[in-house]
Amino acid sequence: MPLLSLIIFVPWVGALLLAALPRIGDGAARVLTLIASLSTLALGLVALASFHPAAPGFQFVEQHDWIRSLNVHYHLGLDGMSLLLVLLTGIVSPAALLASWKQARSPRYFGLLFLALQGAALGVFLALDFFHWFIFWELSLVPAFFLIKLWGGPGAARAAYQFFIYTLAGSAFMLLGFAAIFAATGTLDFTQLARLAADGLLVEKLAAVSGFWPQAVFLGVLLGLAVKVPLFPFHTWLPPAYAEAPVGVSMFLTGVMSKMGVYGFLRILWPLFPAHLHAASGWLLCLALGGVVFGAFAAMRQTDLKRMVAYSSVNHLSYCLLALFAVSYSTGRIGFTVPASIAAFAGTLLQMFNHGLSAAALFLCVGILESRSGGRRGLGDFGGVRTAAPVFAGLCGITMFSSLGLPGLNGFVGEFLIFRGVFGLAPCTATIATLGLLATALFLLTFWQRVFHGPRAGAASREFRDVAGIELVALVPLVALMFLFGVLPHLLTNLFNPLVTSWVSHINPVVTTAQLPLP
Amino acid sequence: MTLSVQHLWLIPALPLLAAAIGALTPSGGRTLAASAAIAAMVAAFVLSCCALVAALADPTANLTYNFTWFDLGTGAVRLGWLLNPLTAFMCVMVTFVGTLIFVFSLGYMHDDENFTRFFCFLSLFAAAMLGIVVSNSLLFLFVSWELVGLASYLLIGFWFQKPEAAAAAKKAFITTRIGDLGLLLGMVWLYHARGTLLFFDGGAGVLEPASLTALMVSTLSCGLAVSTAISLLIFCGAVGKSGQFPLHVWLPDAMEGPTPVSALIHAATMVAAGVFLIARIYPLMEADYHHHNLPIHALTVVAFIGAITALMGALIAVAQNDIKRVLAFSTVSQLGFMMLAIGVGSWVAAIFHLLTHAFFKALLFLGAGSVIHAAHHEQDMRKLGGLSGPMRVTFLTFAVGMMALAGVPFLFSGFWSKEAILHAAHAWDVSHIPLYFGLTAVVLTAFYMTRLVAETFFGKPRSHAAGLAHENPAVMTVPLVILAACAILLSLLAWPTPWLQHQLDPQAHTEPGGLSLMMLSIVLVALGLGAGWALYGRLLRTNASAPDPLAAALPRLHAFLAARMMFDELYAATFGRLSNGLAALADGLDRYVWGGLVNLVARLGQFGGLVNREADEDGLNAGFDAVSRKVRSVGQIYSRAQTGETHGYLRVIALGFVVLVLLVMLGGVR
Repeated sequence: MPLLSLIIFVPWVGALLLAALPRIGDGAARVLTLIASLSTLALGLVALASFHPAAPGFQFVEQHDWIRSLNVHYHLGLDGMSLLLVLLTGIVSPAALLASWKQARSPRYFGLLFLALQGAALGVFLALDFFHWFIFWELSLVPAFFLIKLWGGPGAARAAYQFFIYTLAGSAFMLLGFAAIFAATGTLDFTQLARLAADGLLVEKLAAVSGFWPQAVFLGVLLGLAVKVPLFPFHTWLPPAYAEAPVGVSMFLTGVMSKMGVYGFLRILWPLFPAHLHAASGWLLCLALGGVVFGAFAAMRQTDLKRMVAYSSVNHLSYCLLALFAVSYSTGRIGFTVPASIAAFAGTLLQMFNHGLSAAALFLCVGILESRSGGRRGLGDFGGVRTAAPVFAGLCGITMFSSLGLPGLNGFVGEFLIFRGVFGLAPCTATIATLGLLATALFLLTFWQRVFHGPRAGAASREFRDVAGIELVALVPLVALMFLFGVLPHLLTNLFNPLVTSWVSHINPVVTTAQLPLP
Repeated sequence: MTLSVQHLWLIPALPLLAAAIGALTPSGGRTLAASAAIAAMVAAFVLSCCALVAALADPTANLTYNFTWFDLGTGAVRLGWLLNPLTAFMCVMVTFVGTLIFVFSLGYMHDDENFTRFFCFLSLFAAAMLGIVVSNSLLFLFVSWELVGLASYLLIGFWFQKPEAAAAAKKAFITTRIGDLGLLLGMVWLYHARGTLLFFDGGAGVLEPASLTALMVSTLSCGLAVSTAISLLIFCGAVGKSGQFPLHVWLPDAMEGPTPVSALIHAATMVAAGVFLIARIYPLMEADYHHHNLPIHALTVVAFIGAITALMGALIAVAQNDIKRVLAFSTVSQLGFMMLAIGVGSWVAAIFHLLTHAFFKALLFLGAGSVIHAAHHEQDMRKLGGLSGPMRVTFLTFAVGMMALAGVPFLFSGFWSKEAILHAAHAWDVSHIPLYFGLTAVVLTAFYMTRLVAETFFGKPRSHAAGLAHENPAVMTVPLVILAACAILLSLLAWPTPWLQHQLDPQAHTEPGGLSLMMLSIVLVALGLGAGWALYGRLLRTNASAPDPLAAALPRLHAFLAARMMFDELYAATFGRLSNGLAALADGLDRYVWGGLVNLVARLGQFGGLVNREADEDGLNAGFDAVSRKVRSVGQIYSRAQTGETHGYLRVIALGFVVLVLLVMLGGVR
């Protein structure tokens, strides 16, 4: 059974069905969308059941000739990292759909675009050949653009255009880079390219074309990924896009799409260009640190709750990049140690998963607030919500504390491992990064205090329903998982521990540092 | 009966279970939530006693049980439980005091609509606090430490409708988190240096000799031993949690919470967690002590921070009018004493004082709670007065607590633990400044406590609420009586033989106390009591607005102390501004610099498009346009023929036909 193809294409089949059934009722369209979306979780669990974490390389591999003249293969594979992200997609997507369940306008089109987006994201996590990887990567932009523009808030058009153009511009450079790689090596297969890179041949072949090419290609790919994650200061598209998108789409964007960039860093940039990444890592470390600190402090300044949560995403994702860059930075230097690097990578993967969970839930909570206030979501538009809606306050509070890394909830373990790793590799960076932790606590507790505490005010001074029905169905599983993975992190770490161990053991300091082409 | 270390986790797990029950109980289930919480605490107390028996069987042993939390690389992140006398005494104290405070809360919170949630949070707190105590791993200790902070946050902000309570909760969380960031860094550093965070692990733990030697031997480029640096970072966490200078500012504000919370969390247990932490890792704190080439020793810093805190807290307490604030600053001061004791090398004295203080300070807070409850939430002592008659039990038990805190000789436990600390400070060979600070604080403590008792209980009621006050029901007074008995009986731990100190650290040689020092401190206590009585007891206040005699004598100093030495203002003007500035900078960078650059690129793109269009329009297209205009004009001429009228077409066709026929005919002629 081509399990991985099923994972990718079942949502697309759902989308096609919706397209083929123009007369389908709104309710039926919603249910169909949800079922197609849930398939990811079901199939992901099937994959999980027969997944062997300790087995090297990719599993469930599907490889077929596709375009023989271009040496393009249809190549899918799954390792601990992709499995983690498939499961994350499977969890976040249905929750996001439920969050937008009452979306009044044309649920058929909404579901169609959403499923298209979901399938594209899954394709990115499973494809192992740049050719269709890039197709998935770009295809994810189109439905996201329409979802933001057509169902978004008043500033949605501008935000959607900025999001689309900015990310597309970044990807264009990446495409050019891979065109050059293809010209030099004749293959676009990630595993083959990684092998070439590990032997130092990739850079050699690129340099044979022209001495300038390795750097140019590296920078092109870096730019494409940096915009996607986003790496500070390429993040300015993110707050408006997340803020203007409808709640379910914000959840998907932050929960799943933001992971595509980090995934690209780990799957493509780091294995293919270890030496270049190492050479640039000093600067990149500063940028990631900028994201950690400035992201959190900028969030303190926001009065729009969605923008605040969006900035907290910039902060949280920067931790992932901080850990990767710290490993790359220390490779071949005195500070490098294997346990610290393993901790950094394990922390990164955990953080990707946990941020997906917490940030999506946080957007959901803001969405619930918005639905009660007639679309307003300013920091000053509420007060005393905890009195009006105690259950909602409890769930939202747990989500917030998960986001600020409270031990016992999911966020802590990843952040602890990242700090443990980064401190071992680049101590000063870790020390400065703690400012981000402090600022995160500050703005989240300010959010909590202004909206939930004090006397009832603003939107909460009138009738204010507590969470119920579909909102609970969307929010409670996310919150339950926060507890589960906070107390039993081995459920996740066991999936990728052998993987990150082998990553670190395959770090080749000779290739990474000896052939530094940069001055 | 004894409790083996494998099952030590039951002690925190029981209250945690009660917290879960409390969380899932609807607000109507008051009896269920409260009885689950109290039953869990009682059971945990029994288990703690069993654990104590097990620990005292061999006081030198560190019984451990370690297990893997999750695998990481080829190793694993491991956690564990640790049972030794320190663990066991702390467990017994926390569960015993906790039980009494839970029972007291039955009465105190009786009318609160969120009664069940209160017991849920209290149980959560107890579970986390006990987690700190039983942990054999700095990581698990940190986990519990943060959860304790969460519970404290929830309970300070329990009356969250009050904006002050919400603000105080946030302030407490943020301030302690500042310290916790140091703790986090110290922890990851220790982990990085030693590859484990277990305290004891059969020779491989971080508190065992091999590890300590390694940490002490390696030095940083600034000359500091690694162990010193790690110790000081971890100490930051203790400074935040235990309200030490300069992070003490949150503790007085924390009094916005219900009074049982102040008694349990902000007097007896959580704030003592910092002291406990430093006592727990004492071998690490002390590792650099015999290394003479170092610029600074960790314990020296601890001693001076403790001394400053002890004196500062006592000074500020003198000028507070809110009963709970006086007690809060007194807690700050007493925690300073404990830190001072650890700093001068006697963690045993610190733990002794921690235990006695837990009892008598819980007693004082509950007594204050009893007063506040009876006086309809009036906390300003200037508006109370005359309560010794109507509130007999509260008054007598409060007086016991006051004398224990002031250090009235021989009968009261506070005297003995304070003596132990002063004695250790006297024996310290680095400096006597902490001793002098401590002695000054002793006078002040006796002074402000005398004032508190005189103002609250003597004279005439100075407000309507105070006039109506009457004694509380037994559910509130019985815990007071038990705690008062303990405040006295705990003297037995130190007298006639220093039993407790011997159990905690059998190696500690406790030479008999210097008699002259004891005499001096007794004189100082008498001085403080006398001065307090002279100023406040002899000339009783007659109405609430009458000026304070001290304020009349030293107005500027009094105002400075009443304003808590302006720390809040200082921090708002410095760190508050700094953080707001950083936020504005980050936001401004995004809006104007990065956003501006993106917009600039977009504008450039648009401009390029414009140029391109103009070139197309005026260059290329102009030629095409000219040609197509020509074609069009010709077409227009032709199109005139196309009128769309059938008659016209037929006419033309007929005409053409005629012409054609004519042509053929003419051709045929030729």
